[in-house]
Amino acid sequence: MSASDTPFERAGDPYLVGRTRDWVSTGAGRGYVHATGHGEGGPASKRVIVGYGFWIFLLSDIVMFSAFFAAHAVLQTATAGGPSGRELFNWWSIVAQTAFLLVSSFTCGLSAVATEARHHLWTQVALLVTGLFGLAFLVLEGRDFANMVMQGAGPDRSAFLSSLFAVVGLHGLHVSAGLLWLGTMMAQVFVKGFRPDILLALFTVVYLIGLGR
Amino acid sequence: MSHETDTRDPGDLGPGFMDAAEVTVREGITRYVMGFVLASALTAASFYVLSTSLIWGPGIPVALVVLAIAQMGVHLVFFLHITTAPDNTNNVLALAFGVLIVALLIAGSLWIMDNLNQNMMSMPQMMQMQR
Repeated sequence: MSASDTPFERAGDPYLVGRTRDWVSTGAGRGYVHATGHGEGGPASKRVIVGYGFWIFLLSDIVMFSAFFAAHAVLQTATAGGPSGRELFNWWSIVAQTAFLLVSSFTCGLSAVATEARHHLWTQVALLVTGLFGLAFLVLEGRDFANMVMQGAGPDRSAFLSSLFAVVGLHGLHVSAGLLWLGTMMAQVFVKGFRPDILLALFTVVYLIGLGR
Repeated sequence: MSHETDTRDPGDLGPGFMDAAEVTVREGITRYVMGFVLASALTAASFYVLSTSLIWGPGIPVALVVLAIAQMGVHLVFFLHITTAPDNTNNVLALAFGVLIVALLIAGSLWIMDNLNQNMMSMPQMMQMQR
């Protein structure tokens, strides 16, 4: 059996792994007959490749964050007579920030579900809620930064505070970039409708949390 | 090439296989709700660990690290959809490499800097030398 005598009757990506359920279970041509003659599965589908690329990007982000974290871990005790974390941190603000990020990654997931179902309104609503919680997080973080600087505990006070401002500030930038991306996506969905390659961009904001504390 | 009969069911795909039967909206939402509940529980636990006297003081950082790792696991599975499905192999390998780099970077920095710190001359001695 050759792949050429089974035309692609369905629209969409013919290279999608296991696109059809026509599993040939014996012989050298084992696999899916629609796989265009490239071994078992043919080239990976666009969806898999886009997901992989995005995942590599997230991992590179994690590696970059880990460098900042390492610096912070090394300098944690280097307070130079200045205030330590325990004296500075505003407990409830941190709880609220963490909660906001968690909720926003949850609603981001919901927007992915709505996207799968091709439901415009719910996608937009979920993305909007995601964005609002992200924004609320940034406001709280900015307020904390301002308070610390006013107390004389700015990044110039000690090596501990320098590293703290660096890692938390970087995370804030990361969230801001995610918000910009999210806004762009909402506009794209609004103007162009859904395109498959938009889907995976959704996960950007999701990643924010684990590093939030 | 083998000629034995493959008795696998073509519909029997790994969990999270990207092209597996479409996930219904309800299933999709259930997944995210589960992830959200687990992540919230872990977050609450880590705040509780910080405020309680139930745990021996020096053990608190260890507890926090454990909770943070569990948190990452929950995020990977429920929010980022990393699975053991065949078309996810590349992602898992990339993740393993990422974890290796992160571990080398953090552990290596802490080790080296601690070593330098211990071998550093104390301030008075340094003054002595400069005289």
